[in-house]
Amino acid sequence: MSTNFGSKRIVVGAHYGSRDWLSQRVTAVLMALFTLALVVQVLLPGEVGYYKWSGIFSAQWMKVLTFVVIVSLAVHAWVGMRDIWMDYVKPVGLRLALQVFSIVWLLGCAGWAVQVIWRL
Amino acid sequence: MADTLKERPVYRNIHISDIRTYRLPPAGIVSILHRVSGALMFLLLPFVIWLFDNSLTSEISFDRFASVFTAGAGFLPGWFIKLVCLGLIWAYLHHAIAGIRHLWMDMTHSVSKEQGRSSAIITLASSVLLTVALGAKLFGLF
Repeated sequence: MSTNFGSKRIVVGAHYGSRDWLSQRVTAVLMALFTLALVVQVLLPGEVGYYKWSGIFSAQWMKVLTFVVIVSLAVHAWVGMRDIWMDYVKPVGLRLALQVFSIVWLLGCAGWAVQVIWRL
Repeated sequence: MADTLKERPVYRNIHISDIRTYRLPPAGIVSILHRVSGALMFLLLPFVIWLFDNSLTSEISFDRFASVFTAGAGFLPGWFIKLVCLGLIWAYLHHAIAGIRHLWMDMTHSVSKEQGRSSAIITLASSVLLTVALGAKLFGLF
Protein backbone atom coordinates (compact mmCIF):
# COMPACT_ATOMS: atom_id res chain seq x y z
CA MET A 1 0.00 0.00 0.00
CA SER A 2 1.43 3.34 -1.05
CA THR A 3 2.12 5.96 1.58
CA ASN A 4 -0.08 9.08 1.34
CA PHE A 5 0.79 11.11 4.39
CA GLY A 6 3.58 13.29 5.76
CA SER A 7 6.17 14.25 3.19
CA LYS A 8 4.81 11.55 0.86
CA ARG A 9 1.31 13.03 0.78
CA ILE A 10 0.02 13.54 -2.78
CA VAL A 11 -1.12 17.14 -3.13
CA VAL A 12 -1.59 17.31 -6.90
CA GLY A 13 -3.54 15.48 -9.60
CA ALA A 14 -7.10 14.34 -10.09
CA HIS A 15 -9.46 14.39 -7.09
CA TYR A 16 -7.22 16.53 -4.91
CA GLY A 17 -9.73 19.00 -3.53
CA SER A 18 -12.88 16.94 -4.13
CA ARG A 19 -13.29 16.54 -0.37
CA ASP A 20 -13.45 20.34 0.03
CA TRP A 21 -15.70 20.60 -3.01
CA LEU A 22 -18.09 17.99 -1.62
CA SER A 23 -18.11 19.42 1.92
CA GLN A 24 -18.92 22.87 0.55
CA ARG A 25 -21.93 21.45 -1.33
CA VAL A 26 -23.20 19.25 1.50
CA THR A 27 -23.01 22.17 3.96
CA ALA A 28 -24.74 24.41 1.41
CA VAL A 29 -27.69 21.98 1.18
CA LEU A 30 -27.92 21.85 4.99
CA MET A 31 -28.01 25.66 5.21
CA ALA A 32 -30.65 25.87 2.47
CA LEU A 33 -32.84 23.34 4.34
CA PHE A 34 -32.35 25.28 7.60
CA THR A 35 -33.40 28.50 5.84
CA LEU A 36 -36.54 26.76 4.59
CA ALA A 37 -37.34 25.35 8.05
CA LEU A 38 -36.89 28.80 9.63
CA VAL A 39 -38.91 30.70 7.01
CA VAL A 40 -41.81 28.23 7.25
CA GLN A 41 -41.91 28.63 11.06
CA VAL A 42 -41.76 32.44 10.86
CA LEU A 43 -44.60 32.47 8.32
CA LEU A 44 -46.86 30.23 10.44
CA PRO A 45 -49.85 32.15 11.83
CA GLY A 46 -49.23 34.22 14.91
CA GLU A 47 -47.89 37.65 15.78
CA VAL A 48 -44.18 38.03 14.97
CA GLY A 49 -42.54 39.06 18.22
CA TYR A 50 -40.19 37.87 20.93
CA TYR A 51 -42.34 34.91 22.04
CA LYS A 52 -42.79 33.47 18.58
CA TRP A 53 -39.13 34.04 17.68
CA SER A 54 -37.68 32.57 20.89
CA GLY A 55 -40.27 29.78 20.74
CA ILE A 56 -38.88 28.68 17.38
CA PHE A 57 -35.38 28.34 18.82
CA SER A 58 -36.49 26.78 22.12
CA ALA A 59 -37.43 23.46 20.49
CA GLN A 60 -34.64 20.94 21.00
CA TRP A 61 -34.69 19.74 17.38
CA MET A 62 -34.31 23.37 16.23
CA LYS A 63 -31.35 23.88 18.59
CA VAL A 64 -29.66 20.76 17.24
CA LEU A 65 -30.40 21.77 13.63
CA THR A 66 -29.09 25.30 14.29
CA PHE A 67 -25.94 23.82 15.85
CA VAL A 68 -25.36 21.64 12.77
CA VAL A 69 -25.86 24.70 10.56
CA ILE A 70 -23.40 26.79 12.61
CA VAL A 71 -20.71 24.12 12.15
CA SER A 72 -21.68 23.78 8.46
CA LEU A 73 -21.38 27.53 7.95
CA ALA A 74 -17.90 27.57 9.48
CA VAL A 75 -16.73 24.71 7.23
CA HIS A 76 -18.40 26.24 4.15
CA ALA A 77 -16.98 29.72 4.75
CA TRP A 78 -13.54 28.25 5.47
CA VAL A 79 -13.42 26.55 2.05
CA GLY A 80 -14.67 29.73 0.36
CA MET A 81 -12.32 32.13 2.15
CA ARG A 82 -9.36 29.80 1.57
CA ASP A 83 -10.22 29.87 -2.16
CA ILE A 84 -10.26 33.67 -2.11
CA TRP A 85 -6.90 33.94 -0.31
CA MET A 86 -5.32 31.34 -2.62
CA ASP A 87 -6.56 33.20 -5.72
CA TYR A 88 -5.65 36.76 -4.80
CA VAL A 89 -2.91 36.71 -2.15
CA LYS A 90 0.37 35.42 -3.53
CA PRO A 91 2.93 36.14 -0.74
CA VAL A 92 3.00 32.93 1.33
CA GLY A 93 3.43 34.63 4.72
CA LEU A 94 0.52 37.02 4.22
CA ARG A 95 -1.66 34.21 2.87
CA LEU A 96 -0.91 32.06 5.91
CA ALA A 97 -1.70 34.98 8.22
CA LEU A 98 -5.06 35.58 6.47
CA GLN A 99 -5.90 31.87 6.57
CA VAL A 100 -5.15 31.75 10.29
CA PHE A 101 -7.28 34.89 10.76
CA SER A 102 -10.16 33.20 8.87
CA ILE A 103 -10.02 30.12 11.11
CA VAL A 104 -9.88 32.20 14.31
CA TRP A 105 -12.71 34.46 13.05
CA LEU A 106 -14.96 31.51 12.11
CA LEU A 107 -14.25 29.50 15.28
CA GLY A 108 -14.91 32.58 17.42
CA CYS A 109 -18.18 33.31 15.65
CA ALA A 110 -19.24 29.64 15.85
CA GLY A 111 -18.56 29.56 19.61
CA TRP A 112 -20.57 32.73 20.19
CA ALA A 113 -23.50 31.47 18.08
CA VAL A 114 -23.55 28.14 19.95
CA GLN A 115 -23.59 30.06 23.23
CA VAL A 116 -26.64 32.02 22.01
CA ILE A 117 -28.70 28.91 21.23
CA TRP A 118 -27.78 26.95 24.36
CA ARG A 119 -28.14 29.48 27.14
CA LEU A 120 -31.83 30.02 26.38
CA MET B 1 10.53 27.98 -35.46
CA ALA B 2 11.91 30.42 -32.94
CA ASP B 3 10.17 33.29 -34.74
CA THR B 4 6.73 31.67 -34.68
CA LEU B 5 7.12 30.91 -30.98
CA LYS B 6 7.75 34.59 -30.28
CA GLU B 7 4.60 35.61 -32.17
CA ARG B 8 2.28 33.42 -30.14
CA PRO B 9 -0.16 35.55 -28.13
CA VAL B 10 0.22 35.58 -24.38
CA TYR B 11 -2.89 35.43 -22.18
CA ARG B 12 -2.54 36.44 -18.58
CA ASN B 13 -4.96 36.98 -15.73
CA ILE B 14 -6.48 40.43 -15.94
CA HIS B 15 -4.78 43.04 -13.83
CA ILE B 16 -6.68 44.88 -11.12
CA SER B 17 -6.58 48.04 -13.29
CA ASP B 18 -8.47 46.22 -16.10
CA ILE B 19 -11.55 45.63 -13.95
CA ARG B 20 -13.35 48.81 -15.03
CA THR B 21 -13.02 48.06 -18.74
CA TYR B 22 -13.26 44.25 -18.67
CA ARG B 23 -16.74 43.17 -19.75
CA LEU B 24 -18.03 39.97 -18.16
CA PRO B 25 -20.86 37.75 -19.46
CA PRO B 26 -23.86 37.32 -17.08
CA ALA B 27 -22.44 34.04 -15.73
CA GLY B 28 -19.19 35.86 -14.94
CA ILE B 29 -21.06 38.60 -13.09
CA VAL B 30 -22.94 35.96 -11.05
CA SER B 31 -19.62 34.24 -10.29
CA ILE B 32 -17.75 37.31 -9.03
CA LEU B 33 -20.81 38.50 -7.07
CA HIS B 34 -21.04 35.03 -5.48
CA ARG B 35 -17.53 35.62 -4.20
CA VAL B 36 -18.16 39.23 -3.14
CA SER B 37 -21.38 38.31 -1.31
CA GLY B 38 -19.65 35.41 0.45
CA ALA B 39 -16.76 37.61 1.60
CA LEU B 40 -19.21 40.30 2.77
CA MET B 41 -21.16 37.80 4.89
CA PHE B 42 -17.91 36.39 6.29
CA LEU B 43 -16.82 39.87 7.42
CA LEU B 44 -20.23 40.81 8.85
CA LEU B 45 -20.72 37.48 10.67
CA PRO B 46 -20.13 39.02 14.15
CA PHE B 47 -22.77 41.69 13.39
CA VAL B 48 -25.30 38.99 12.43
CA ILE B 49 -24.55 36.95 15.58
CA TRP B 50 -24.83 40.14 17.68
CA LEU B 51 -28.32 40.70 16.23
CA PHE B 52 -29.16 37.00 16.74
CA ASP B 53 -27.92 37.19 20.34
CA ASN B 54 -30.01 40.29 21.15
CA SER B 55 -33.11 38.96 19.38
CA LEU B 56 -33.09 35.72 21.38
CA THR B 57 -31.60 36.24 24.83
CA SER B 58 -34.49 38.03 26.61
CA GLU B 59 -37.47 40.31 26.06
CA ILE B 60 -35.31 43.28 27.08
CA SER B 61 -32.58 42.38 24.62
CA PHE B 62 -35.26 41.78 21.95
CA ASP B 63 -36.46 45.37 22.43
CA ARG B 64 -32.85 46.51 22.11
CA PHE B 65 -32.57 44.44 18.91
CA ALA B 66 -35.71 46.11 17.53
CA SER B 67 -34.64 49.62 18.52
CA VAL B 68 -31.30 49.27 16.72
CA PHE B 69 -33.23 49.68 13.44
CA THR B 70 -34.90 52.91 14.55
CA ALA B 71 -32.67 54.56 17.15
CA GLY B 72 -29.37 53.16 15.83
CA ALA B 73 -26.45 51.68 17.73
CA GLY B 74 -23.58 53.75 19.18
CA PHE B 75 -22.69 56.46 16.67
CA LEU B 76 -24.39 54.57 13.80
CA PRO B 77 -27.90 55.84 12.89
CA GLY B 78 -30.84 53.45 12.40
CA TRP B 79 -31.05 53.99 8.63
CA PHE B 80 -27.41 52.94 8.30
CA ILE B 81 -28.08 49.70 10.23
CA LYS B 82 -31.04 49.09 7.90
CA LEU B 83 -28.81 49.71 4.88
CA VAL B 84 -26.21 47.22 6.16
CA CYS B 85 -29.00 44.68 6.70
CA LEU B 86 -30.29 45.33 3.18
CA GLY B 87 -26.78 44.60 1.90
CA LEU B 88 -26.74 41.38 3.92
CA ILE B 89 -30.20 40.41 2.63
CA TRP B 90 -28.97 40.83 -0.96
CA ALA B 91 -25.73 38.95 -0.20
CA TYR B 92 -27.65 36.04 1.34
CA LEU B 93 -30.19 35.84 -1.49
CA HIS B 94 -27.62 36.14 -4.27
CA HIS B 95 -25.27 33.65 -2.62
CA ALA B 96 -28.09 31.16 -1.97
CA ILE B 97 -29.63 31.40 -5.45
CA ALA B 98 -26.23 31.27 -7.18
CA GLY B 99 -25.41 28.29 -4.94
CA ILE B 100 -28.63 26.48 -5.91
CA ARG B 101 -27.70 27.22 -9.54
CA HIS B 102 -24.34 25.49 -8.90
CA LEU B 103 -26.04 22.47 -7.33
CA TRP B 104 -28.55 22.27 -10.19
CA MET B 105 -25.68 22.36 -12.70
CA ASP B 106 -23.79 19.65 -10.76
CA MET B 107 -26.82 17.38 -10.59
CA THR B 108 -28.25 17.77 -14.09
CA HIS B 109 -25.05 18.63 -16.01
CA SER B 110 -26.86 21.66 -17.43
CA VAL B 111 -23.70 23.32 -18.55
CA SER B 112 -24.42 24.54 -22.08
CA LYS B 113 -23.62 28.13 -22.97
CA GLU B 114 -27.32 29.04 -23.30
CA GLN B 115 -28.30 27.43 -19.99
CA GLY B 116 -25.41 29.15 -18.26
CA ARG B 117 -26.51 32.50 -19.64
CA SER B 118 -30.24 32.18 -18.96
CA SER B 119 -29.78 30.76 -15.44
CA ALA B 120 -27.30 33.55 -14.65
CA ILE B 121 -29.83 36.20 -15.70
CA ILE B 122 -32.54 34.45 -13.63
CA THR B 123 -30.17 34.42 -10.63
CA LEU B 124 -29.34 38.13 -10.91
CA ALA B 125 -32.96 39.18 -11.49
CA SER B 126 -34.57 37.03 -8.78
CA SER B 127 -32.05 38.02 -6.10
CA VAL B 128 -32.48 41.73 -6.87
CA LEU B 129 -36.29 41.50 -7.01
CA LEU B 130 -36.47 39.63 -3.68
CA THR B 131 -34.04 42.15 -2.16
CA VAL B 132 -36.24 45.05 -3.32
CA ALA B 133 -39.35 43.37 -1.86
CA LEU B 134 -37.71 42.63 1.50
CA GLY B 135 -36.01 46.04 1.48
CA ALA B 136 -39.41 47.75 1.07
CA LYS B 137 -40.62 45.77 4.13
CA LEU B 138 -37.45 46.66 6.07
CA PHE B 139 -37.83 50.38 5.38
CA GLY B 140 -41.54 50.26 6.23
CA LEU B 141 -42.99 50.89 2.75
CA PHE B 142 -45.68 48.23 3.34
